Parts: sequence; structure tokens; C-alpha cells
Amino acid sequence: MSVAAGGRLEKALELGLRADEYALIVSQLDREPNEVELAMFSLLWSEHCAYKHSKLLLRTLPTEGPHLVMGPGENAGAVDVGDGWAVAFKVESHNHPSAVEPFQGAATGVGGILRDIFAIGARPIGILDSLRFGEPASERSRYLLDHAVGGIGHYGNSIGVPTVGGEVYFEGPYEQNCLVNAMCLGLARSEQLIRSAAAGPGNLLLLFGASTGRDGIGGASVLASAELGEGDAAKRPSVQVGDPFAEKKLMECSLELLERGLLVALQDLGAAGLTSAVPEMASKGGVGIDIDVARVPLREADMEPFEIMVSESQERMAAIVEPAKLDEFLAVCAHWETGAAVIGEVTANSRIRILSGDEVIGDMPVAVLVDGCPLYELSPERPARQIYPPPTRTLSSDVPNDVLLALLACPNIADRRPLYERYDCVVQSRTVCRPGVADAAVLELPHGGAIAVAIDCNGRRAAADPYRGTVEAVLECAANLACVGAEPLGLTNCLNFGNPEKPHIAWQLTESVRALGDVCRALEIPIVGGNVSLYNEGAEGAIYPTPVVGLVGSLGEPARAGRLGFVAEGDAIALVGAFAPSLAASELAKLRGEQLPSGLPDIDIAEISATRASVRDAVRSGAVRSAHDIAEGGIAVALAECCLASGLGAEVVLDENGEATLFGEAPGGFLVSGPRDSLPGRVIGTVAAGGLRLSAGERRVELSLEQLRGAHAALAGLFD
Amino acid sequence: MKFGVISFPGSCDDVDAQLACARVADVVALWHADHDLQGVDAVVIPGGFSYGDYLRAGAIARFAPIMTEVIEFAHAGGHVIGICNGFQVCCEAGLLPGALLTNTSLRFVCRQVSLEVVNYDTPFTRSLEPGRPLSIPVKHTTGRYYAPEAQLDRLEADGQVVLRYRAGENPNGSLRDIAGVTNEGRNVFGLMPHPEHAVDPLTGSTDGLGLFASLSDSLGALVRGGR
Repeated sequence: MSVAAGGRLEKALELGLRADEYALIVSQLDREPNEVELAMFSLLWSEHCAYKHSKLLLRTLPTEGPHLVMGPGENAGAVDVGDGWAVAFKVESHNHPSAVEPFQGAATGVGGILRDIFAIGARPIGILDSLRFGEPASERSRYLLDHAVGGIGHYGNSIGVPTVGGEVYFEGPYEQNCLVNAMCLGLARSEQLIRSAAAGPGNLLLLFGASTGRDGIGGASVLASAELGEGDAAKRPSVQVGDPFAEKKLMECSLELLERGLLVALQDLGAAGLTSAVPEMASKGGVGIDIDVARVPLREADMEPFEIMVSESQERMAAIVEPAKLDEFLAVCAHWETGAAVIGEVTANSRIRILSGDEVIGDMPVAVLVDGCPLYELSPERPARQIYPPPTRTLSSDVPNDVLLALLACPNIADRRPLYERYDCVVQSRTVCRPGVADAAVLELPHGGAIAVAIDCNGRRAAADPYRGTVEAVLECAANLACVGAEPLGLTNCLNFGNPEKPHIAWQLTESVRALGDVCRALEIPIVGGNVSLYNEGAEGAIYPTPVVGLVGSLGEPARAGRLGFVAEGDAIALVGAFAPSLAASELAKLRGEQLPSGLPDIDIAEISATRASVRDAVRSGAVRSAHDIAEGGIAVALAECCLASGLGAEVVLDENGEATLFGEAPGGFLVSGPRDSLPGRVIGTVAAGGLRLSAGERRVELSLEQLRGAHAALAGLFD
Repeated sequence: MKFGVISFPGSCDDVDAQLACARVADVVALWHADHDLQGVDAVVIPGGFSYGDYLRAGAIARFAPIMTEVIEFAHAGGHVIGICNGFQVCCEAGLLPGALLTNTSLRFVCRQVSLEVVNYDTPFTRSLEPGRPLSIPVKHTTGRYYAPEAQLDRLEADGQVVLRYRAGENPNGSLRDIAGVTNEGRNVFGLMPHPEHAVDPLTGSTDGLGLFASLSDSLGALVRGGR
């Protein structure tokens, strides 16, 4: 059969397929796809669903580890946390929907990641966010930030899952294309985790939760597979609208269905709706499924079959149920006031058939639909020079007091309280370390242990050096865990990059994934799952490469979880680690408007790991009373943060002269305090009343706590 | 002494409230669609977003089947604590005076706040240590306590204002820094702060536990006395 004459090629191109991909579909089906089939292929073969530009790279990542309970391929990964409990977790992006409509985009991003967690049978117990915007001086950035934070809070607060941590950076390259990544953690008995593989011909396919409407048709899947540009406002109708109340009922209902043993398989409906969920369930189970669109409960009566198949209406789940258990299934749904309908059944023929009553309106082999999309090798090319423009200079003074105050007040370092106070961080009664008190969030577990979780990535450093910047992101995240006394069990990531069809972006992505594999192998941390968000570009170019990593770790006694603030006057302060800071790609270099370098200093992962282990052990044993890792703004900012978190001051003398000693950045440095004799590292000062007195050679900082606090509160008036 | 904690669809802090009550007494879960209080000695209407807080916070929950029994119970002198969304429900149901409006910031706020106990002569505060402020978290968008000036004067004169945000701690613009009030009969108590999230030193403070313990002590004495 020929593709030409009267074919649907034009329509296929409109829907984002390539001509050669369309030709492949025609040859695999041995005919042209009809309208319903083409709509389904265009979504399942999109970047968002097929990972066609990243899958080959992702296959190089380590995914095995001693604590792994569920690895990549399911809705979320999970690790064993002891005593038969598993913690499931995953991070996902909702960047383009949030750039178009930040409140609903961010809210439904949270809704989606929550569903991924309870889709494997885990009760969501914590949310973290990782956000990127342009400089807050820009009105658009403040609008996006305010509404994205509002949306995240709206969904998480309303559903009763605490938002326990997160991070936000403000950089010019995110001005047009903000990033909204959300991570969720869930708790389950290991034996109760459920998979999404359909099984048992004759078993029923049920759709439950909200009814299906026209909202979000082609939302996440279409928006996420192309660059942002002119006319994005017109895309607003394709952003989904979230209803956390519906999801709360759906979550309780799903967990009760699981508890009662009524499910063969469970899958959430996310991007591409039924089109993605159902064929994936069939593919994983090696079976076929018939779906009857006439049986799908609709919000609008006159929807076309293809609209029903591609709708991204939120708060829906699909389940495979044995016919004998149908009545009990429906009774549980009725109790939770959650709609449910049988919409199809499992078959033995390995085909997805779309029916409308008695009429067959689509019939495709599962293997072609789900796994038939070609995977593309990237054509990476290292750019000859730094591709990002230098930031605007905002600081001219080199007086140490002025520099420290400017750093504390800069958007990437200033106190995040105005943001995290908009999130409920205490619901569910597990939160041991709330935002602002420690380098990682700590949650108590039912058996008396605890987990720590952190999320990190400094995109500017990844822009300077995609390989080392990615290594640093993982080390920084692991350092945060060490400061509360935790050891990593597993990692999730969200790779936010520009258009991978451009050679320099392909190079960033390739380098970043290579680094992720190297550092995870070195640290023996399995990657349990993740997400890739490509085409993050606006009219002025690509975002900084932003490989966001989320780490979950375990600590023994929650009561010993480390805090960052100093505790007692007279305690010694020690610097741990062979810390060799430089101003390259630092926050201070940004304030001075310096061009990013091409490349960062080498990193000795083994040495930093040994340092990290010594800090972790000192926290666990109680040898230190506070621990904080040195990150943006260097030692001076880290000391100020330890002071501000406690209301105590410090007197510190560093021998080395030079601005880099005070404000330079590098991985692998920690500040701890406690009784002098028990501290690891090198003692550099003392916790004292009053303010911060710090010297490095001839450079001296002397500032009161009020001055530090005033500068650090720079984001306080942001939304007034 | 047995507490009953109501769960509406959309309640979020119901399990937390059950855990808090269980530290001082027996507790049972009550389902919104039932017309049965299961013989409890006190009812807790917990925090969250009952029925999604659609229409107006607490406005739909006030008509939930179980609220018929809760309102009867309260009118007969039964003890009811409404926390956050529960406070909003009690105001909507006419069990407590005043109303809760959107925070002056127009935004959700989650923060540990310091509270002054204004009246120790209630079943909910009787066992607390006099003069000692309470550190308890708030988390809400609709927590600005409002009543007409004349009514506020009467509430204060009558001792119905039980909790106040201490100076500089008012997170929502509540009139006269009011954080918690009782009805005239002193048997219904509504507060915006979440005492169920202040019952364990590991996860914050233990200052909220005293409110549950106080009611348990008060009612325990009544229950024993009645037998």
C-alpha cells in the first residue's frame, strides 16, 4: 500500500509524526491508519511517550542495587527501607503546561506524580518540588513563580500529602521556559506493591475516577514534544485542570481496592490518557485489550471516539479486575463516591482493538503501537564556545561584608520561607525535619526508622560543564542526606534539556547521562526511575541543562536526624573535606556578570564519598550537633545559614587569603559543630553569641545577625 | 472516655486527629454518611478540605448526614472540637459564633505559631499550665476570624475567646488575634491551629496534646461521676 495519494500523511505531520515514521506505521499495519489509530500513534510515538531521543542513552544507566524492590518500567520505582516496608518515589516534569498556565500546570503535575505513586499501591507521604524561573526582577517570572507555587500547594495541601522539601533557582535562560518538576514518595508493604501488567484473558478493564471530557486533549504529550513559541496562549485549553478532591477520593479508593485484593493490575491515566495507559498495560502483560469507547463515562455527550481515546482528563485510573470481583470493586468505588465503568476486556490476541458498540474502529498490534517507534541516536557536538550569554552584573563591590550580604539576598540563596510556607509540611504526622531546619527532609516510618529525601541540581554549573555539573548534582544531593545522617538507597531523576535534535543540546544530554551513570555506579546508588523533558527552549534559546536528581536514603533513629543550625555557644566549628573552592561558575561570578566558563575543575568522587561517609557517621553517632553542606555562596554563606537557623553567631578564621576561600564553590565541603574533641575535619572557629565574624587572610566579614537576617529575607516581599 | 473523629470525603487530618486522641483516650472513626455517633463522649471535626471546600469552606460538610447528629449532640451539651476545616464547619452549622474569611495574604500559610490561652475555665483548657504559651502549627487559606465588633466585645466579655495569636504571630489577619473560640455553653470549641500536629516532640511540639488531655480529663471525671 502506498503512502501517497489521498493518504493521511499531511495529517500525520500535523500531529507531529515524521514522514518516515508515518511510512513505518503504514508498512507495519499493512494499510493506512484511520483517524482514531493515527491519533493514538501520534501520541504513543511522541517524544513524551516513546522517549525516542533518550531511550538509547537511558539504557546505559545502572538500575540494580541491594535495596531495590521495583525498578524502572513501572509507574514508579521503590526501595526497601526495612521491616517489610518499601518507599516508592519518582520525579516528573510538567514544564510546558506550567509555562502556559502555571497554576493548573503545576497542580496537575503534582496530581500526576501522586497517581504514579498510588498506582503501584503506595500511599503518598511526601512531595518535593524543583522549580526554575527567570530572574524575579521580571514580572513574568514572578507571575509564573507565584502561580506555580500556588498550584503545587493547592493540590498537595488539599489532598493531605505534605510538601516537605524542594529547591528553586532563578536564571535568565528559564525566563521563557520555566521548569516545574515534582517528586513524590509513597509508603507500602513490599509485598503489596502492584504492577501495571494486564493479565488473564476474559478479565475486565475498568476505568474509574473522574469522567472523561475534552479538557487537556493533547496537553502534556503535545506540549512536551515541541519547543515553546509564539501563540502559546492559544494552547491554554490543552492544559489539564486538576481537582484534588476527586484525586483524594480516587487515592483512598485505589488503596482500599488494593488492600482488599480486588486488583489484577493498576495504571494511572496521565499524558495521552487511555491511549497511553491501556496499550502499556497490554504490552507489559503480553496480552491484548478491547476497549469500547461507547462505555466510557463522558463529561460531554458528543465526543468523537478519538477524543475519548486521547483525552487527558485528570484523576482517572485503569484497573484489570476478575469478573467475579466486579461487584465488590464497584461497591468500594461507590463508598468513595468514585465513578467506575467496565470499558473493555483482556484478550489473548496481543492487539489493541477500539470498539464503539459493535463497530470496530481501530485495530493495531500492541507491539507496533507501544514499542514500534524508532529510537534515534543523537548527534552530539561540543560547542566551540559557551553558548549562554553572560548574566547582568548586579554587584560591583568587593568589600567582603557587602559581598556576603549581596549573596544572602540574591534570589538563588535568599530564604525560601515565603515559598515553602505555602505548603502543608506536617499533615500525616511523619515530618521530623521540616523545610528550613536541615539539608534534607526527614520522615518517620511506621517501624521507628526514618527516611531522608532531597532534590537538587544547579543548572548553571551543568551549563558550564554538563558532565561535572551532573556529578555535582548527585554529590550535592548525597551531601544533603549525609547532613541528616542518611545513606542513599535509590535515585530518581528528571532530565530537563533543550531540543535534542540540535547537536550542542545532544552533547549536553549525552554528557549528563554519562555522568549520571558514572557517579551512580561509583556511589552504588541504583536509578529506580525517572523522566525526560526535552525541547525546553524559548525564542531566545535553550534552558540551562538541568538534570534534577532526587535521592531517598535511610537513617537509623529519627531522633538523631541532623540539623543545620548551630546549637550551643562555645561549640567548635569544623570544616570537613578537602574543600578546594573556586569562583568559576559560582553565585558570586554570576552577580559580577561573568561569562560561564566551558568546563569545571575535576572532581575526586572517591575522596568526596569518604568525606560524606565521615559526616554521615558523625551525625548518626551524635559526635556533631549540627551539619550543613557548603553549596552556593561558599563557606561564608554556609556559616551565615548555620547562624540564621539558630540565632547564634560564629567566630571563624581561615588561613588562606582570597575571595575564593570565602565565597568560592566546589563539591565535598561540610561545616559541622559540636564538642571540639569529637568533630571530624579541621576546626576553624567557635559558635559564639552575637553576629558572624569571619576572616580569610586580610579579608574580614563582620556582620550582626540582624544584618544577615535582613539580607536573607530578600524574597519576603516578592508577592506583595 | 471515647472520642469520635469524623471523616468527610476530603478530610486530610482525620487520621492525625485519631492518633492524637488515642494518646489520651479511646477513639473511633465516624463516617460522614452515617447517622450514628457510636456513643462517643466527644466529637472531633478534623482539618482538611471536606467535599473539596467547594462553594465555601465547610458549607457543604455542614449538611453531611452525620452533622444532624453532631448538631443535636452539641445542642444537648455534647462536646465538640472543630479544628481548622472543622472550625469552619462549626461556624457554618451555627454551633460557633463568627466566620472564617480568606487570609489577608490571600494565600495558604503553614507556620508554627505561638498562642496565648485566654480562658482556662473551659473543658478544653482546664488542665493546661496557666500562663504558658502554646506552640502549635497553623495551615490554612481561610482562617481570618471575623465577627461584628459588638459581637467580638460580647465574646471577649463572656470568656468565649479561648486562644489568641501572641503579639506579631497572627498569620491570617484574624480580628483581635483570635485563634479559637467556644460557644456560650463552653461545650463546642473551634480553633484554626492544629493541636493534633503538636503531640510528639519528634515531629514538632507537644503543646497541642494538652487540649485533648484536658477534655479527656474533664469528661473522664464527668463519665466517672455519672456512673
